Amino acid sequence: MAEYIMHRLVNSLLGLLTIATLVFFLMHAVPGGPFASEKKLPPEIIQNLNARYHLDQPLWKQYSDYMGGLFRGDFGPSFKYPDRTVNELIREGFPISATLGIAAICIAVTVGCSLGIFAALNHNKWQDFLAVGLAALNYSIPGFVMAPLLIYVFSLKLGWFPPAMWGTAEHLVLPTLALAAGPTAFIAALMRSSMLEVLRQDYIRTALAKGLSKKAVIYRHGIRNALIPVIAYLGPMTASVLTGSFVIEKVFAIPGLGEYFVTSITNRDYTVIMGVTLFYSAILLAINFIIDIVFVLVDPRINLKGSGRLKG
Amino acid sequence: MINKKGAALGLIIFLIVITGCGVAQKQTTGTQTSDQVVRYNLGAEPETLDPAKMTGMVEGTVANALFEGLVRYDDANRPQPGIAAEWHISDDGLIYTFRLRDAKWSNGDPVTAEDFRFSWLRVLNPDTASDYAYQLYYVKGAEEYNSGRGTAEDVAVKAKDAHTLEVTLKAPARQFLGLTAFQTLMPVNRQTVTKNPDWYTSPVNYVGNGPFLLKTWEHKQKITLVKNPNYWAAGDVKLDKLEIYLLEDDNTAYTMYKTGRLDFVERTPAQEIALKKNDADFRIFPDLSAEIYWFNTQRKPLDSPKVRKALAMSIDRAAIVEHVTQAGEKPAYAWVPFGFTEEPAPADFRETGGNRYFTEDAAAARSLLAEAGYPGGSGFPKLTLQFNSNERHRKTAEAIQEMWRQNLGIEIALAPKEWQVYMADQAAMNYDISRSGWGPDYLDPMTFMDVFLSGGGNNITGWSNSRYDSLIAQANGTGDNSLRMKAMHEAEAVLMDEMPVMPLYFYVNDNLIRENIQGIIVPPFGTYADFRNAYVE
Repeated sequence: MAEYIMHRLVNSLLGLLTIATLVFFLMHAVPGGPFASEKKLPPEIIQNLNARYHLDQPLWKQYSDYMGGLFRGDFGPSFKYPDRTVNELIREGFPISATLGIAAICIAVTVGCSLGIFAALNHNKWQDFLAVGLAALNYSIPGFVMAPLLIYVFSLKLGWFPPAMWGTAEHLVLPTLALAAGPTAFIAALMRSSMLEVLRQDYIRTALAKGLSKKAVIYRHGIRNALIPVIAYLGPMTASVLTGSFVIEKVFAIPGLGEYFVTSITNRDYTVIMGVTLFYSAILLAINFIIDIVFVLVDPRINLKGSGRLKG
Repeated sequence: MINKKGAALGLIIFLIVITGCGVAQKQTTGTQTSDQVVRYNLGAEPETLDPAKMTGMVEGTVANALFEGLVRYDDANRPQPGIAAEWHISDDGLIYTFRLRDAKWSNGDPVTAEDFRFSWLRVLNPDTASDYAYQLYYVKGAEEYNSGRGTAEDVAVKAKDAHTLEVTLKAPARQFLGLTAFQTLMPVNRQTVTKNPDWYTSPVNYVGNGPFLLKTWEHKQKITLVKNPNYWAAGDVKLDKLEIYLLEDDNTAYTMYKTGRLDFVERTPAQEIALKKNDADFRIFPDLSAEIYWFNTQRKPLDSPKVRKALAMSIDRAAIVEHVTQAGEKPAYAWVPFGFTEEPAPADFRETGGNRYFTEDAAAARSLLAEAGYPGGSGFPKLTLQFNSNERHRKTAEAIQEMWRQNLGIEIALAPKEWQVYMADQAAMNYDISRSGWGPDYLDPMTFMDVFLSGGGNNITGWSNSRYDSLIAQANGTGDNSLRMKAMHEAEAVLMDEMPVMPLYFYVNDNLIRENIQGIIVPPFGTYADFRNAYVE
């Protein structure tokens, strides 16, 4: 197990390094720059700006300076917001995005799993069709439609919740629902089919045959095994919730980190592009790492020493 | 049986979660404020609150509330005494002597001429790397210092005493007086800046000299300003509080306005304009900007003035402003927008010159195209029209594409581009036809006219005309205002006859402002709004 963890850790760090290098050179290859404007600035002004941000140095020098800073945990200053560092932007924005993301994931998992189990237990009955229909509807409505829809109904028409901004628990409700809608539906569908499959397994029949109550079988054997694909989905879901928060944060005017993910590219705010990309990559790698470990603990079929099938 | 229990359990969990969302529900009705408070949406987070490093209108609007320059614009766009109580301009137009009034900083220090000198040199210091330092290039020695070829001592700004500031320009520039109202030329408090170089990043250390004080700054949410008791004209300021929201999405801001959480929003969402435009809170103000299409005159067949004119004459501008933009924009048949003062007689430059340098006439356009060698559009190469990706620009481009197809029988390809790619291609003249919104840097027609000087930095059409150049030189070289205006009118006629740029429409500035709020100045350029005299009825 220790060897496996070490192996995964080294791989993750190498992955981050590769991402940093690729993104650095790709973003410098794209046309434009942080100080481009429609009206031309005099050359002296551009020169002063480039000198201040060391953009007048050769690219390899900029790269090595940046990587040097990175090893000291310094993401550098933002070009667009000259008074603020990328570290500050992340420190202020991430807790907000994380609150929103965690709330959405909790809702997605609880509602999604309940709905999936409920549908599976009522297989091919109207409850099943209702649950599947609801899930399909949720899944097919993208966030940028769901968010204005929620605002229209719950804020503009009913006046229950504020339409935008951040600060109180009330502000959390609509963006969380908008962000959770897609993953909830996906988990419901996943849980339903997984549950149906598990219920057909021999060990379920064995358990029933040896006289366990159906309730006990479902709780002790059914749900636990059916959860495995859902756990596997947590990694990609975290990714989609994090990146998907861009639209939600924009529509609800939430001062999170998700928005920088896109606006920094439009602004060619090099340091913010790097900082946000690396920060998110690190989080995703960490989450996948944790999930793999959880897998080992949950799934009795995985044996690291024997087959080594999860290595790498 | 178990099925039923399971169903019940699932349903209960489902309901708990659904209704759980209602726990936090509390009626937050939009409160109509009766106090002297205005809640305004600025539309973006300011990049900085240091006047020296500010660039855009977002920052300028906040600066206008926190600071005051030598002059301040009134509601008729005339520079009025600000920190300078009076000024004298020498007969040759080179020496400006400002007499400062007894004004105070928000921390109680007196505002002195030395503060201005210090602030302007700070802007010009190459290490500051100010984007807008070139606004001071009119001053003798300024460009040299900023580009590292001169010294701070050689910049011709002198504090003769605490109340007298003398500025020497390198050439007469009528716009200089008005520029002293803008953020780049606003003073900062010398002691504060020297003691704490990061003074502008937090409200705690912030010192200004304007009508309002910085109270809080929640990034990407809200800036709160309160009345500044130390402002020299504090008696004129009626608002106790100005809440500046930093919401970027127009639809979000509009919903906040509709639910009573904002009092003043700009840019009504396109789909709502038709519904709102007859309401009393939909207020239209003039704007000094124009929507235009540049022609790359270095590429065939756009090197032919006949082709360029045929393209300009074969579209229906009234249809575009009526169906696409909808806010009451004016079709443009000239380069300089309405709203620039014609001197010495107080008149409008556009009214005097007329908005009719060419007409929309499909038949005449067809014969021009035939004269250029493309009868009925045959043999005309497929040109590309580029624009920055945006709903409104796309709709406009599609309408024009169709008008050209019908009226001239030619096909144009549309190329929506990401903002930075669009700018890069435009600057490199890597385009056939390209859109822009063009606005002024200062309040004089020259800010539009000098764009087309041969080889000018913003002349991205490749067009050059010696008669045009000499007319502009003539206008810049004379102190006689009527001669100056006459030369510019003539130059505009040359420009429109050659048509390196095709005017589409002149902008308007549409805002939603609650009916009970008065006294806000919405200037036609430079900043979004001035709240100095605003009040709630």
